[in-house]
Amino acid sequence: MPERNRPHHDHALGHEHDHEHQHPPSAAALRVKALETLLVEKGLVDPAALDAIIETYAEKVGPRNGARVVARAWSDPDYLERLRKDATAAIAELSYEGRQGEHMVIVENDAQTHNLVVCTLCSCYPWPVLGLPPVWYKSDAYRSRAVIDPRGVLREFGLELPEEKAVRVWDSTAEVRYLVLPQRPEGTDGMSEEQLANLVTRDSMIGTGLPLTPEELER
Amino acid sequence: MNGVHDMGGMQCFGPVLPETNEPVFHAEWEARALAITLAMAGWGKWNIDSSRHARETLPPADYLRYSYYERWIAALTRMMVEHGLVTSEELESGQPDPGSPKARPPLDAAKVREALRRGGPTARPLDREPRFALGQKVRAINAHPKGHTRLPCYARGHIGEIVLHHGPHVFADANAHFRGEDPQHLYAVRFTARELWGKDASPRDSITLDLWEPHLEPA
Repeated sequence: MPERNRPHHDHALGHEHDHEHQHPPSAAALRVKALETLLVEKGLVDPAALDAIIETYAEKVGPRNGARVVARAWSDPDYLERLRKDATAAIAELSYEGRQGEHMVIVENDAQTHNLVVCTLCSCYPWPVLGLPPVWYKSDAYRSRAVIDPRGVLREFGLELPEEKAVRVWDSTAEVRYLVLPQRPEGTDGMSEEQLANLVTRDSMIGTGLPLTPEELER
Repeated sequence: MNGVHDMGGMQCFGPVLPETNEPVFHAEWEARALAITLAMAGWGKWNIDSSRHARETLPPADYLRYSYYERWIAALTRMMVEHGLVTSEELESGQPDPGSPKARPPLDAAKVREALRRGGPTARPLDREPRFALGQKVRAINAHPKGHTRLPCYARGHIGEIVLHHGPHVFADANAHFRGEDPQHLYAVRFTARELWGKDASPRDSITLDLWEPHLEPA
């Protein structure tokens, strides 16, 4: 369907079907459309390059990458050691590298410690392993409160931490990007790397969640 | 600059609202806004630090009202005009100025993959030993520069401990103002929650920030 004949609606990617509730495009949608048209006409951007960038982050790069890193760290002690020494290089072994992941550091949860990552000044986030950040991570509420009230924020994610456990918040104020290495869940001894990766949620690698247990995955 | 972007420790933004099964983009224009911003960086007229500063210096009421990608587009538009890539008249009319030459985009589709894979590493060689050692107590300086800084207000004047030495990195505070990369040693500095937030904070919790040597003095 030609662009102008589409229902006037902001389409989330992958949901470009007709809706009954039509409403005019938002001011932001109009502004960005006009801007892109101008920049293409001036030869400042190549629309095919824009498509390639979007395809990368909509389809190729996302938290499944980070889940594979975590699953390998749980399965392979040598890999874990390499992650500790040079996380950027160890993560690049799995071909995850580049923009917003140029300098990676892993922070490990254990029985005494829970790690939580934030960027109070903007929304820095490790793109190659987690993809683009969710809206809540970029929200003023999360950016402001993660440092002063991390336990309250975690409660809003349904995570109640015992008083004895230390919460270690990492504010990403430079170009170093932190990836939380969650604890391997109980009852996963015989599981393959691939099965383990299915337990690793995005939030567990930011610190606002825990990995799924095998029972939770079943459900 | 003491701006609204520096929101670590504020408590006025309400709860964090995670979204179940959140899409990567909530509307097509968000995807285009991301891609245009990344592609326009290919002109090399600005850097990631000056881009952040452009977002931070949006009028504060706009900053708070805008969504993430609206902030991006507003800052990008301003930078393009400042650096002479587009004119205000062109933004107004949506058309290239009469007689303006057609450019050739630096980033075409074929180069996207490599450009994203390469990213923008900020580690740099530096012929100067680090001033601080692991485990050393340091104080974040009490300074209120009018320009860009990655030392958040909430840490200034407080005492922390060096927990990681990341090596020398491009100094964001200088690079944002095109004063050169001015590489400086970068450290992860851990502050106890009580040091930052007082006696009601958990005695076990901590906040770790990445800070450059000029942000720190011996304690």
